[in-house]
Amino acid sequence: MHPLAPVTAVGRSTLSMLAAIGRVTIFLGATLTHLVRPPFYPREFLSALLSIGWFSLPVVGLTTLFTGGALALQIYAGGARFNAEAVVPQIVAIGMVRELGPVLTGLMVAGRVAASIAAEVGTMKVTEQIDALVTLSTNPMKYLTVPRVLAATLALPLLAAVGNVIGILGGYLVGTTRLDFNAAVYLTNTVDFLEAADVVSGLVKAAVFGFIVALMGCYHGMNSGRGAQGVGRATTNAVVSSSILILASNYLLTEVFFSA
Amino acid sequence: MIAMQDVHKAFGPKKVLRGVTLDVARGESLVIIGGSGTGKSVTIKCILGLVTPDTGLITLDGQDVRRAERDAFLARFGMLFQGGALFDSLSVWQNVAFRLLRGALKRPRAEAREIAIEKLRRVGLTPDVADLFPAELSGGMQKRVGLARAIAAEPEIIFFDEPTTGLDPIMAGVINDLIREIVVEMGATAITITHDMSSVRAIADKVAMLHDGVIQWTGPVARMDTSGDPFVEQFIHGRAEGPIEAVR
Ligand SMILES: Nc1ncnc2c1ncn2[C@@H]1O[C@H](COP(=O)(O)OP(=O)(O)OP(=O)(O)O)[C@@H](O)[C@H]1O
Ligand SMILES: [Mg+2]
Repeated sequence: MHPLAPVTAVGRSTLSMLAAIGRVTIFLGATLTHLVRPPFYPREFLSALLSIGWFSLPVVGLTTLFTGGALALQIYAGGARFNAEAVVPQIVAIGMVRELGPVLTGLMVAGRVAASIAAEVGTMKVTEQIDALVTLSTNPMKYLTVPRVLAATLALPLLAAVGNVIGILGGYLVGTTRLDFNAAVYLTNTVDFLEAADVVSGLVKAAVFGFIVALMGCYHGMNSGRGAQGVGRATTNAVVSSSILILASNYLLTEVFFSA
Repeated sequence: MIAMQDVHKAFGPKKVLRGVTLDVARGESLVIIGGSGTGKSVTIKCILGLVTPDTGLITLDGQDVRRAERDAFLARFGMLFQGGALFDSLSVWQNVAFRLLRGALKRPRAEAREIAIEKLRRVGLTPDVADLFPAELSGGMQKRVGLARAIAAEPEIIFFDEPTTGLDPIMAGVINDLIREIVVEMGATAITITHDMSSVRAIADKVAMLHDGVIQWTGPVARMDTSGDPFVEQFIHGRAEGPIEAVR
């Protein structure tokens, strides 16, 4: 082995990472320019909205319900160590609305939607359907990417809002049945404590996560390798990269919103 | 009308086209023959800009295709892909009428559907397939739907990538007649890729044989049998022995 082999390896993977960042940035730029220029495809947009938003509801609902419940138990147990059990409603609410609602929604949708977009678009690429679109005078970015990105950016805040409510409901159910909180007091504490900024910041995060999920799904699909293996790899990459980007951007957004 | 001059294309280390030069006149039907994997599909994808050539010039009516306004350029073409390339999220008639449902050629849905059904009939499919999805069709039926889609908007220039592969001999005959009809009656310019020698004879005005990345022979179909070119001779008679190696 050449003595510099490890350095070469590090250099090569750094370069390929930078190249990938460059390609994603170009893809992002193309998506944004096509976003504002006609023709638009409302039919595609509506069907993407349905499959991304509506069909993700059960997944998001179940995830946030259980997480809200578990959160209530944890906060109760942790709070008990310094006689602060009473803060359960407030902390569940703020934890769900600011962090867990949007992040869990984003991650669950990344698993569901980024994968399905990448698989669908990747299959279209591999079977020459994308080339066929071009020969039929239809720009694949406008016809495939833009509707999905728009739909996901719009659907995620709505999903996260539903997730927030269900998550708080999970905490409420555990709080009133397992821990002995008074139902009315629990609700008043939740509602009085939350501020508009808590809710809005969470929904903005969700919109960003939606954008990321659809963008990564389309990017990896459009750049899918050949054959079934290529599509499989594109799907995996779409889920992994969108999950990581969601968590990283969540941190950045939290800094922006709350560090001042 | 379409001219390729010294077009080269490599995928990584693999040199597929090594200087393809080809002319197609308006209203002419050119058939490209050649062994599997020699780059016939790549050649027509280069013309459409789906594959970017490494070097060489491709012109349409004397204008460099890279300079052409993309939408106007593509509006003149129809293409049947080798694998059909039907959109599996759309029903058969919506595939056929794709161009008629959106963009510059948009017309009412009922009218587009009627045109689609008429085109399906021309490729030998009954109206009851119109509402099926591509996945519900046999391979040969998918191919014909792809053909119907390629001709639906009545383009000036049509590319057919192996239109009769996977069809029974009778249906292949129907498709050969259809392509001939489109060229003669509608005055379209056609480039067809095929391995089927009876298709070549039925469709072609002119034949070009692609081998080793270049056009080995080109000439009118009538001269194909007496070309004296060993590559063409071997190919049209399907002999295992000859200048074309069997293992590629
Ligand atoms: N996108 C691509 N990436 C890499 N290689 C490619 C690509 N497209 C085509 N090739 C290669 O180019 C060569 C020519 O392919 P092409 O599809 O043009 O063959 P063909 O002459 O149409 O063959 P067939 O008669 O079997 O359809 C093949 O070896 C193929 O592997
Ligand atoms: Mg081919």
